[in-house]
Amino acid sequence: MALKIDQDHARFRDIVKGKVRENLKRYISQGELLGRQGKDTVSIPVPQIDIPRFRFGERQQGGAGQGEGKPGDPVSGQEGEGEGGQGKAGQGEGAHTLEVDITLDDLAQILGEELQLPRIEPRGQARVVADKDKYTGIRRTGPESLRHFRRTYREALKRQISSGVYNPERPAIVPIRDDKRFRSWNVSTQPVANAVIVYMMDVSGSMGDEQKEIVRIESFWLDTWLRSQYRGLESVYIIHDASAKEVDRDTFFHTRESGGTMISSAYKLCHDIIQRRYPAEDWNIYPFHFSDGDNWSVDDTQQCISLLREKILPVVNMFCYGQVESPYGSGQFVKDLREHLGKDDRVITSEIRDKDAIIDSIKTFLGKGK
Amino acid sequence: MARMGIDQDLPEYLRTWQGKIENHARSLGLDFFPQVFEVLTFDEMNEVAAYGGFPTRFPHWRWGMEYERLKKSGEWGLSRIYEMVINNNPAVAYLLEGNSLTDQKLVMAHVCGHNDFFKNNFAFKITDQDRRPPESAEDLVVSRKDRLPTRKWIDTFANHAARIRRHTERYGVSAVEEFIDVCLSLENLIDPPARMLEGRAAAPPVDEPEALEPARLKARGYMDSFINPDEFLDAQRKKAEAEAAKARRFPERPQRDVLKFLLDHAPLERWERDVLEVIREEAYYFWPQAQTKIMNEGWASFYHSRIMTGYALDANEIVDYADRNASVLATNGRSINPYKLGVELYRHIESRWDKGQFGKEWEDCDSLEDRKHWDLRLGLGKKKIFEVRALHTDVTFIDEFLTPEFCIEQKMFTYAWSNRNDRYEIDSLQFKSIKDKLLQQLTNFGNPFISVEDGNYENRGELFLRHDHHGVDLDVEKARDTLKNLYRVWRRPTALVTTVDGRATLMRFDGREHASKPMR
Repeated sequence: MALKIDQDHARFRDIVKGKVRENLKRYISQGELLGRQGKDTVSIPVPQIDIPRFRFGERQQGGAGQGEGKPGDPVSGQEGEGEGGQGKAGQGEGAHTLEVDITLDDLAQILGEELQLPRIEPRGQARVVADKDKYTGIRRTGPESLRHFRRTYREALKRQISSGVYNPERPAIVPIRDDKRFRSWNVSTQPVANAVIVYMMDVSGSMGDEQKEIVRIESFWLDTWLRSQYRGLESVYIIHDASAKEVDRDTFFHTRESGGTMISSAYKLCHDIIQRRYPAEDWNIYPFHFSDGDNWSVDDTQQCISLLREKILPVVNMFCYGQVESPYGSGQFVKDLREHLGKDDRVITSEIRDKDAIIDSIKTFLGKGK
Repeated sequence: MARMGIDQDLPEYLRTWQGKIENHARSLGLDFFPQVFEVLTFDEMNEVAAYGGFPTRFPHWRWGMEYERLKKSGEWGLSRIYEMVINNNPAVAYLLEGNSLTDQKLVMAHVCGHNDFFKNNFAFKITDQDRRPPESAEDLVVSRKDRLPTRKWIDTFANHAARIRRHTERYGVSAVEEFIDVCLSLENLIDPPARMLEGRAAAPPVDEPEALEPARLKARGYMDSFINPDEFLDAQRKKAEAEAAKARRFPERPQRDVLKFLLDHAPLERWERDVLEVIREEAYYFWPQAQTKIMNEGWASFYHSRIMTGYALDANEIVDYADRNASVLATNGRSINPYKLGVELYRHIESRWDKGQFGKEWEDCDSLEDRKHWDLRLGLGKKKIFEVRALHTDVTFIDEFLTPEFCIEQKMFTYAWSNRNDRYEIDSLQFKSIKDKLLQQLTNFGNPFISVEDGNYENRGELFLRHDHHGVDLDVEKARDTLKNLYRVWRRPTALVTTVDGRATLMRFDGREHASKPMR
């Protein structure tokens, strides 16, 4: 049933989205949203959405509380009321920035509108459907491993009290079969991924923390956008210096190696993975490569270009290369790419000077709608 | 109300229980308005709660924000609303669909307590819509059993909503919403004590000077009527009066009902004035509830416990009831649970008056041993707590009845922010500081005292407010934003004098920028 409050709620969400839109540039360039990501939502600190009042400053104030402890002990518990309570929230209204959960879809939509990104036309419509169990209810029968302890205990306690078996001196509660309660589940079906992003990053000595931070922020937004375009999305992470390996997300962002750079090693691995796991007819494939543009030798660069031309480009939607500016790198690689593959519209290159340039780079990468 | 009334008539078994519980409550001495219970779904309950208990409220995003918060904390299992009751005649209360019968009985018992409190506590007389100017001090506090006041607030709030919707249609959503934001930002600037006395003949002016004696030119007696002719004296008198009028302040004395002052004197459009009026009416409606949170929740909990354990519970419901009751009364360290503090304090008072632990003899007794076993078997407890629930608000409740014994028994403490450890820490277990802290939190419902001092500041038509500083500074950031909102209403520069870090400071907003400078 439609509720009257839905209108007010929609207004509130609009205001929140407006605030996010206003601050989008800042969120992007300062990486504020990293680490705030839940499964489908990201929690965003929105400034000043509350109504200002003449009110007391907080820290000077302190207050009175109730519980165990002696002077000097930290005060436990959060502000806010316990269970129950009337509608009015009253005294404890928080003064800080508001944290609002926005779905990644909404965030992607805002990003799309702000940067005027075109929607992507997916190739192939392959959909895989998988079953997933969710524990949502309680029932009277089930396997022991799913027994709900608290409910069972309560039922047993109730029975013992009402039948007079309960002895407060020796409060032993023994559940019988009728007392037992079990969790029960529903099966839901979900389509699984049909797009994959392959992130490749140069982790050689010349890539510093600043450069990696840029890659991290940029990949968050790329992820967000592509996720909104495909139901479910898989990611593959590859790091390389002179040799390449596949790693998990965490390692991807935090590894720092030293030594030389052979970009071809990463492209080779990328190609292997695509061949083995993501056949081009079922998958939309997005390789992204980030580096400071320093490659070991001209020979290796040549090899990269032929790998791209012959093996990778034919199977992917597009290939994106982002070059992060670094004080140590020569920045040659992007020039080579442009020289040899500049005319191929599946190749997109972008140079990212600093955090403020991330936003333009995202636009370059995603602006083609592939 | 129609939406809720159609398919959700109270089921038979609940109606039966309502009757039983109400009869029992009456036999315990509770005296309440007729009650209407409605069953709501989880979402509807959150909706009503977000609207502050009302089925309809004027449209505004703030309710949407509250709705989101409630819904989330309900879904995450952090908190759930079990009970809500509106101070209205008849009282309207809500039950959550799908709750166990035990819970529903508990809620009904609890609601009887609230409803009795609404009807009998003096602070709620401010919500009588047929209120007449009080003729004596007694009129202010005593409720007559035989007279049912008019409190059709559900209708009133629905009318408010209709008024504001009409303005929205005419002037656009954003214009109206923006102005409501401004008004809500000022809604705590009201003066309830003054409102209670409203309509009473104003006290005679204290030191109104005698009719002005016009300045005369010196003259011998017989020449006087020639040298000081009547026309001349009249002119002189007029001049003196004009000067006196100029010196007269505007407002004549500081006015704490800032909203009223704005309604009377700010250059508002008609619809703006209407919106401001609505906000002010509603602020006054909610005021007594805010003033009596501890007493009200305590009273309801005190009586739900009496009714449930003494009458309404079936043996097999005891465990569920105890579980629920414990979670309602649970304390969590940092904040006072009004339910817990209130119910314990009533029990404390009842026991003291039953045992005669009051009066001069008790106060003068120094022997701990004697005090411990003090019992005169007076049995005055019940009478006393009924009197307390009629004549006090939270502030006087705590001030009068919080005792050192109670604080020890209830493990109370004060806490403060520790800069060294960057956290809140327990500060003291001393009775005096606990009481001071509690009172400070409660006075004016935790709002600063702010009044209009001058509506023509520096003779430039600026609005000048004063904050009565009682030890705690204002949140400067918020104060700035509020001054800005005030400017939107007053349309001339606004200023506030307050104390920041021990220094008197004048904050001013001139329409473009904020300034802040020390006051002489």
